[in-house]
Amino acid sequence: MIMEATIVSYCKIKNNTIWVNGEKINIDNNSVDFTAFLVNLYRQMNLNYPKFFKMDNLCKLGILAAEMVIQNNSKSENFEKDKVAIFLSNNSSSIETDRNHIKTIENKNDYFPSPAVFVYTLPNIIIGEIAIKHKFTGENAFFVSETFDPNLIHTYASIALQSSHTTDAVCGWVNVDGNEYEAFMYYIEKTNFNKVGHGLNMPHTAEMINELYN
Amino acid sequence: MNDLIETLKAQIIEQLNLAELKPEDIDPNAPLFGDGLGLDSIDALELIVLLEKHHGIKIQDPKDAKAIFASLQSMADYIIANKK
Amino acid sequence: MSTKVYITGMGIISAIGDSVEETLQSLSSSKTGVGKINHLETFHKDTFVVGEVKHSNKELIEIAGIGNYNRTTLLGFIAAREALKKASINDIKEVRTGFISSTTIAGMCTTELLYKDFLEGKNNTNFIDSHFCGVSTNDIAKHLGISDYVTTISTACSSAANAIMLGARLIKNNILDRVIVGGVDPLSKFTLNGFNTLMILDKEWCKPFDENRKGLNLGEGAAYLVLESEKLVKEKNKNILAQLLGYGNANDAFHQTASSPEGHGALLAMQKAFKVAGINPGAIDYINAHGTGTPNNDSSEGIAMQTLFNNNVPKFSSTKAFTGHTLAAAAAIESVISILAIQNNMIFPCLNRSAQMSDLTITPVDTLEKNIPVNYVLSNSFGFGGNCSSLIFSKN
Repeated sequence: MIMEATIVSYCKIKNNTIWVNGEKINIDNNSVDFTAFLVNLYRQMNLNYPKFFKMDNLCKLGILAAEMVIQNNSKSENFEKDKVAIFLSNNSSSIETDRNHIKTIENKNDYFPSPAVFVYTLPNIIIGEIAIKHKFTGENAFFVSETFDPNLIHTYASIALQSSHTTDAVCGWVNVDGNEYEAFMYYIEKTNFNKVGHGLNMPHTAEMINELYN
Repeated sequence: MNDLIETLKAQIIEQLNLAELKPEDIDPNAPLFGDGLGLDSIDALELIVLLEKHHGIKIQDPKDAKAIFASLQSMADYIIANKK
Repeated sequence: MSTKVYITGMGIISAIGDSVEETLQSLSSSKTGVGKINHLETFHKDTFVVGEVKHSNKELIEIAGIGNYNRTTLLGFIAAREALKKASINDIKEVRTGFISSTTIAGMCTTELLYKDFLEGKNNTNFIDSHFCGVSTNDIAKHLGISDYVTTISTACSSAANAIMLGARLIKNNILDRVIVGGVDPLSKFTLNGFNTLMILDKEWCKPFDENRKGLNLGEGAAYLVLESEKLVKEKNKNILAQLLGYGNANDAFHQTASSPEGHGALLAMQKAFKVAGINPGAIDYINAHGTGTPNNDSSEGIAMQTLFNNNVPKFSSTKAFTGHTLAAAAAIESVISILAIQNNMIFPCLNRSAQMSDLTITPVDTLEKNIPVNYVLSNSFGFGGNCSSLIFSKN
């Protein structure tokens, strides 16, 4: 028994290009630097969330992608935030920040490991950051796989949606390794859960997820 | 003292990634934590690193940090009192 | 959906032993595995005590007998192999079988040693490749002969609980018949230095749920459970170690590393686990708490327990003073310990305590309790990123 669910919004961020619900978003960005790109995007979105600047690039990318699917899911504020789950995945775990942390502990004579760097050496901190910003206290899981696996995330989200504990989920893939980065996120909700069709209203199937991803 | 306060302002903004903040936005006597700059426990740990890295002062017990980092002024007072 | 999920095998390697039997021996004689650093290369060698597996990498390579792998893969394989043996599985491919592992460190234990060489262009690409979390899972699965379903979960210190939860759900949804679930994390300079910057390491033996607790001791190890469907257990007439009755996961949504003072996420996770299990909290005989020994965790978790059990908190303890905090492996190691409590009608003590916590009304079990019925056990595991998980095991 797989609970029927609907994809209500999705976004892709890759190669300095942003797509939300299938539409390309223009961004003022003359920089090839990934961090600068993220900061430009943050400013363009008027997020006013100073904590953003403390995050590593993986979390910055994740929090912006999540913001896009949440802002564009056509939901009212009137839903139970303890029933929103977050299921994400990637390939490189937290490699960028892992490297930064290693650099600070390599040399005994220049030994100043940073607690603010170390806290980002876990990939699921992205989930924590999204949960904190949006007060989502539903269940969550972070998977590490070679490439984005629509079946894996689809199966897990479908199973979670069977429970009365979960009505909505933010799902996807957020990967950063050097200047290579990619985010693909989508927001799903139980079909007919609010009895009003929200957002895009696309069927939550592995095939559909794969189509949106590619 | 004023020089030290200005130096600390710049160091804090850099070390804590307070990108949206300018040095003149920080009131030396306002609380750093809580409602002040919105800093949290990780920032407190980061300030401990800052003291060691830039001022050669090591805080052993995190419990001491609360009083030292009450404000920019208290931080400067602590540095002057403990500088070797 | 109503199919039950049974545990038919388990395997473990940690600071308190290389097998289930050795683990029980240490637990029932209150013998800690936490001590001086012997194998980890770090200039903190004499500063901290840790729960180290008592073997060098060279010895582990011999014990595992699968070739030259890093500590993560070796520890994981040794524990998983024991789990399969205990479950009397000879033909791994006879039914739909999965392997779900979890790790936070993966290949970091070798990457950190070889990173400099790598930057200088010396050839160590094999080890650098194995840095990525999924690689050790895939290597272990390959040597176990599992290919139907293999995946890696990384949600910090609750990782293995989430692996166990995922495995149970795949069985309940008839996607798999059998799944080996758990986690592994080796000690590394990476985590030791990192936790040190957070100032939550106790330089002496950790004191979970003690007023004067200063922090945690890091540990290392691996543990895996063999989960099998009710149907398979009946068909094969298998010996049952315990049933996985309930599970729940929630996010604390409070802070990257700290738990909320009232333990909101912990409370939600426990409540969900009871709902899935279909039992009342009053049925629980023992709680194996997360109980890391940090001021923040033990206070937050204790308050969440007091809230959930309405001040009728069952007997509880943290066993992290035995093993150290084994991060991604912790929930699997403590699942094995929870099942040992059920099998042996024992409650293992919270070591090193001397003073009652002032912000809690409850007190953990301080000395080994024998010959008391342990039918239902709750096991908690909470991770950075706010990830909170609870598991419920029952005797039958």
